[in-house]
Amino acid sequence: MSGTRPIVELREVSKAFAGVQALSKCRFELMPGEVHALMGENGAGKSTLMKVLAGVYQRDSGEILLDGQAVELPSPRAAQALGIGIVHQELNLMNHLTAAQNIFIGREPRGRFGLFLDEETLDQDARRIFERMNLPLDPRTPVGELTVAKQQMVEIAKALSFDSRVLIMDEPTAALNNAEIAELFRIVRQLKAHGVGIVYISHKMDELKQISDRVTVMRDGRYIDTVPTAGTPMEKIISMMVGRELDHGERDHPPPSTAEVALEVRGLTRGKAIRDVSFTLRRGEILGLAGLMGAGRTEVARAIFGADPLESGEIRVHGRVAQIGSPSDAVAHGIGYLSEDRKHFGLATGLDVETNIVLSSLSRFVGRGGLLDQPAMRRTADDYIQRLDIRTPSARQQVRLLSGGNQQKIVIAKWLLRDCDILFFDEPTRGIDVGAKSEIYKLLDALAAQGKAIVMISSELPEILRMSHRILVMCEGRLTGELPARGATQEAIMQLATQRESLVAH
Amino acid sequence: MNALKALLFNPSTRQTLLAFASLLALMTFFSVASPNFLQADNMVAILQATAVNGVLAIACTFVIITSGIDLSVGTLMTFCAVMAGVFLTYWGLPIYVGVLAAVFFGALCGFVSGVLIAKLKVPPFIATLGMMMLLKGLSLVISGTKPIYFNDTPEFPYISQESLIGYFVPSLPIPNAVLILFIVAVLSSLVLNKTRLGRYTFALGSNEEAVRLSGVNVDFWKIVVYSLNGAICGIAGLLIASRLNSAQPALGQGYELDAIAAVVIGGTSLSGGTGTILGTIIGAFIMSVLTNGLRIMSVAQEWQTVVTGVIIILAVYIDIIRRKRQ
Repeated sequence: MSGTRPIVELREVSKAFAGVQALSKCRFELMPGEVHALMGENGAGKSTLMKVLAGVYQRDSGEILLDGQAVELPSPRAAQALGIGIVHQELNLMNHLTAAQNIFIGREPRGRFGLFLDEETLDQDARRIFERMNLPLDPRTPVGELTVAKQQMVEIAKALSFDSRVLIMDEPTAALNNAEIAELFRIVRQLKAHGVGIVYISHKMDELKQISDRVTVMRDGRYIDTVPTAGTPMEKIISMMVGRELDHGERDHPPPSTAEVALEVRGLTRGKAIRDVSFTLRRGEILGLAGLMGAGRTEVARAIFGADPLESGEIRVHGRVAQIGSPSDAVAHGIGYLSEDRKHFGLATGLDVETNIVLSSLSRFVGRGGLLDQPAMRRTADDYIQRLDIRTPSARQQVRLLSGGNQQKIVIAKWLLRDCDILFFDEPTRGIDVGAKSEIYKLLDALAAQGKAIVMISSELPEILRMSHRILVMCEGRLTGELPARGATQEAIMQLATQRESLVAH
Repeated sequence: MNALKALLFNPSTRQTLLAFASLLALMTFFSVASPNFLQADNMVAILQATAVNGVLAIACTFVIITSGIDLSVGTLMTFCAVMAGVFLTYWGLPIYVGVLAAVFFGALCGFVSGVLIAKLKVPPFIATLGMMMLLKGLSLVISGTKPIYFNDTPEFPYISQESLIGYFVPSLPIPNAVLILFIVAVLSSLVLNKTRLGRYTFALGSNEEAVRLSGVNVDFWKIVVYSLNGAICGIAGLLIASRLNSAQPALGQGYELDAIAAVVIGGTSLSGGTGTILGTIIGAFIMSVLTNGLRIMSVAQEWQTVVTGVIIILAVYIDIIRRKRQ
């Protein structure tokens, strides 16, 4: 199917938002039947460029060619009509509607008089697409009741329902587990065989190696280069992305086996989500908590943090039994929790950096007459901005305007200011670009070296292996094993992570 | 059997059943507490009292499912009544013209609110708060602050007060207002569940950005929803004017809160995405049974208001608990 002429060509595309140049003279080219990866750090302009192609944003200058013809894409609908479909990074679904209703929103089949909707045809059409994708899913299920992975599949089904010749996928695997990613790749390969051109945006190098034919790298809103995936070393792609070489540090210092035990939990249990979980955490230690999605890692962290109730179990902080019934109890015991979903639980993104840093420690800034000591707050915020190297124009900057890595550092600053010495990091590098990732790693190492006790939950095995002194693996709410960092392998972790109860002999 | 099970486990069906059970419980309580409650006259009075609030609440249901709000429904109703008065009494036009005028001006005002909200991006709360006061003022200005009586059109009160059903079935003297409420409810339910407008109403309340990204003209459909809401308020205006045989320009404020309360008691979430017309009707009946029952038990007016407040908070709280458990 692969022809010589590109389906899509973007030439010299520029786009500015409120004076900020998001794209300057960007190029991109997509052949039929090609999987073309688009890479770059967060804020490099990948999503913006693809939103221009999908009709979501309008370019300021430049040309869009479809089959060699210049086209205008004034709206998502216009792009869809020309066969350009996009699966956005954030799921854009209506949770109260069924899968079929979501797929055909805006194009509902109607009955004889054109007045009433024809639900049967709607469901049949959706079922046909699911069959094509080999996806066992009832089109009448409300989307809100599906797992994130299934919701992602519904989004893809929706993009396919336009008979798309161009399919843009913006970080489609961010919320998928390995089995689901394999499923996704199967569908991608099938589409590719049908001559669909696929733009694949992702941070995950190993995925790109598996699935893509060519890679285009962007940096700071500019086009850097396009290279064939096969035969280009990852290091080269990374250095094109960040414009510098990366630190590939191995864990060198041994686990501090004699340090004081900071946190000890015994027999934590809640229904099927958490089943008899016990572990200890020492000062200066980074304890990796590995497992597949839904293994119960986040549940354990949230329960210890008092965000969710426990049925039974004991929590000891610095050797004393701690009664933790709410997050404020946990914080009083010096436990901080950094959620994987920063925007919802970690930060007030509409407020500025300073406010976010001091937010949970406001009481210590109350001066005479109950007024807040503004200068002290500013000094503290500036101090943490410097110490954690938070890149922001000022402490007055709105947090939502900063990158994911800097937002993560602000959450860390907040807990450090609160004197938390037991820190739970839940997917600390999710959605963060490669350069900022290694900074977060350094920061975690530095915190551990200062004697903080750290639990790090991560779905990325290389990250777990690199950062942890000790690794705990969970499956179906249980701890299935403990591995020392030295000598642990991805295979060993995966084996424990898939040790389902049904397979274990009693 | 499976279909029945699915129906029972459907959250919005369950909410409607819960509301219906509460209505039955209330009625049982009042009929035990007072022998007068179940009298036919009193039942007719409850039905009659529910008609206006019920129709207004149906109008609100659409807007609330889109996760919007309309505070102007009460004074819009009055404005439509006044416009009917202008057409019939001032200008001496035939009744059907007055009826069409009321519905037309309702839709027009709804259209204005819709444009303010969809195109000018004024938050619904503020846009309709403005419309509420604007329409209240306009009603007073147009009528010269005096009621307009429908003396030249003696048939006008029939719209609300006569009983078409009673004409055919003398043992069921259900007033026309209730018949109209029933018709509006059935049609609205059809629109909400079987048409594109209804689908987009739910979709907008569920995730507006997703609807926009799907290529749906979000602004257009929002304006349609608010226009429909206005048109239904026009029907409510006709009902109240014909019941009072006059357009009372000072009336109207406060009705919007009763209507919103009925919607919420009926299980429609203020955050949008879910809701049923049947639930709203039941909610409206709960409100009027409560008022009527407490009055029959000679509970003072001021205490009736207190109880209504408690019921609203309770209804929403039960809904929140239920959602949490899921």
